[in-house]
Amino acid sequence: MDLSLLPAAGRPPAHARARRWRPGLAGGTLHSEIFAPGNEGSGAAVALALALDAAAADDARSLLWVQDKAALRLTGRPYRPGLPTTLHSRVIHVAAATPEDALFALEEGLRCRDLAGVIGEIVGNPRALDFTASRRLALAAERHGIPLFLVRPDAARDLSAARMRWQVRAAPSPPPRWNPQAPGQPAWRAELFRARAHPPGEWILLHDEKTGLDARPAAASDQAEVRAAGL
Amino acid sequence: MTASAELAAARIMAVWLPRLAIDRWRRLQGCAKGEGADASPLVLIAETAHGPRIEAANDAGLEAGARPGMRLADARTLCPALRVAPADPEGDLALLKRLAVWAQRWGPWAAIDPPDGLLVDVRAVAHLFGGEPALLADAEACLAVQGFTARLAIAPTAGAAWALAHHGPERAILEPGEDAMARLAGLPVAALRLDPDVLLVLRRLGLRRIGDLAGICRDALKRRFRDRVAEASPLLRLDQLLGRIPEPLLPVVAVPPALAQRRLLEPIRHRELLDRVVADLAVDLARELERRGEGARRLELGLWRVDGETAFRSLELAAATRQAEHVARLFAARLDGLDAGFGIELVRLRAAWTEPLPPGQANLAAGEPPGTSLAVCLDRLAVRLGSDAVRRPVSRASHLPERAQRWQGPLEPEPASQEVLEFHARPLKLLDRPEPIAVLYATPDGYPRQFRWRGGLHEVVRVEGPERIAPEWWRERGSTRLRDYYRIEDREGRRYWIYRAGLIGDGRGGMPDWFLQGLCG
Repeated sequence: MDLSLLPAAGRPPAHARARRWRPGLAGGTLHSEIFAPGNEGSGAAVALALALDAAAADDARSLLWVQDKAALRLTGRPYRPGLPTTLHSRVIHVAAATPEDALFALEEGLRCRDLAGVIGEIVGNPRALDFTASRRLALAAERHGIPLFLVRPDAARDLSAARMRWQVRAAPSPPPRWNPQAPGQPAWRAELFRARAHPPGEWILLHDEKTGLDARPAAASDQAEVRAAGL
Repeated sequence: MTASAELAAARIMAVWLPRLAIDRWRRLQGCAKGEGADASPLVLIAETAHGPRIEAANDAGLEAGARPGMRLADARTLCPALRVAPADPEGDLALLKRLAVWAQRWGPWAAIDPPDGLLVDVRAVAHLFGGEPALLADAEACLAVQGFTARLAIAPTAGAAWALAHHGPERAILEPGEDAMARLAGLPVAALRLDPDVLLVLRRLGLRRIGDLAGICRDALKRRFRDRVAEASPLLRLDQLLGRIPEPLLPVVAVPPALAQRRLLEPIRHRELLDRVVADLAVDLARELERRGEGARRLELGLWRVDGETAFRSLELAAATRQAEHVARLFAARLDGLDAGFGIELVRLRAAWTEPLPPGQANLAAGEPPGTSLAVCLDRLAVRLGSDAVRRPVSRASHLPERAQRWQGPLEPEPASQEVLEFHARPLKLLDRPEPIAVLYATPDGYPRQFRWRGGLHEVVRVEGPERIAPEWWRERGSTRLRDYYRIEDREGRRYWIYRAGLIGDGRGGMPDWFLQGLCG
């Protein structure tokens, strides 16, 4: 058993340690789950943005991107010209037939020291992805220090050992400077509803390739709207 | 023995296979000379910038007027019934290498003389065949049984043997003590193995026979051809032919693949024992590969059963390796569900494809770092999920979005490509098959206002476009419609990439259809 996971006598109490999450808090959290609707690209995009935020700027290792068959059909395949420039030649894609194969690939990826991170996409709540499986993934990630971002399109919030759990959906983008009629840089409404080291919160996340990840607190009226929608 | 005496004692047999390409084609067709597919005129062609060119023709084709080097269109005017097959120079060269190994039956080593010849060292072996004339007769008979037309000669140097085989009498032999110059003086200068442009120069100078060159002072010859590479100089070739300077030859040596096998005293029927044997074989093979400085890329495991059945398992590795425990672990995943029958008596592990892998220094201080390396991880994924499941996207020169990327093995080097100009934003993910959507838009080519996709209604609030992408006419049918791409955002903030296939009144179908192809971040 991993003793470091137990509350230790010498540590400060939990409320003193809890810091609000902000971009750039790299390290520590190695297993994140991202719940997103299946009919938009926000889940994978937030996973990529968080992975880039967590990795060092000069990290040249590859990124393993695992999708099960349902995720391939529902949300499509990674498209190289649309990826962030630093990832163009660093993505290794794994197309797994079943959620079991996808979990196997995720765990093998977490054990590999030559990877910068692992992104998984598993649709819904398959029987194979239960609490035991997520605990295995969390332990493997923490043991080898490789971050895992597991995207769960169209999934209900089930039991999980993930250290950070996000609910994500697309948000209206800020208008671009030169053509306000066009869609702008990607924005998402992200709710951190469970985290081991941080209090929950809600942000509008913006990702730009040059400036990196930016988080703005979501407006109170928006939060009320979100609650009314039952999310 | 002095060096010159040693050279004089050398005996080289030159084998010229003048019809190698067509003989090989006939072997592949499985027909005898002049029968079956070989009875009608046929030529082997190579594609050139000016259209197909004839590389070789069979007997019927030669009779009909086709000649090597001719354009196919010219030959077709002479013989409209001419059939064609593609020439295969790589296949011919591979056959020549195999023949070189086989030709070691007549001498200790043999070299290839591309494109269609062999050189065999027959020094001090002729008496085994009953003398040199008998040796030549034996070689010609053996090649004829295989279906090859051959011309052969034996001489003290490779140059002289080549000259006699190509331009001399049938089965010519130049004795060691004989005056080579006197014997070869009558042969044309082409027998010196020269480039066509050098031959042209010599012909314009009026030098047609090898004997003509002997009357010219060496300095003059050297000066006339000093701006060419050494092999193109007639003086060097003449010296090689007469044995005045040595000519090194590179023999073809057959390299058997690295192999480890165990004959089992007691046939095994249980999985644990088989795993132990496979692990032992992997260690043996790793030792053998280490001795050769190689790493395995493809491994084949053969299992022979007592009742005469065999089973084979093979696997490919992402990078060259000789880690025994890694190989054993990969094969363990492949041996599930194996039927051992009454027992397995012979197990053989063979490295069918190897790559150079120099021995590396192990890290003495820290030992192996924790975790697996990328190649090991990819091997394990490929063994369980199939090699097609683990791939890396690379760009391809194409306008069409779905063709602009292709997938290749994860550790293969990325092909060189032109830098892409990033005028347009592209979606993060692309659907494998664009999904049809019902769109409300101002005809004929207005912005989309709202659309229905997978049962949900999306109201479009922001649009960028159109970006027009025309079909690739050099590849697709003429009736393919162009695409107008729009990057859109709906009221909820979801961003998509949609396109309209075609225009109203473009004469390639009715009303244009709309498709959703990409999901933006």
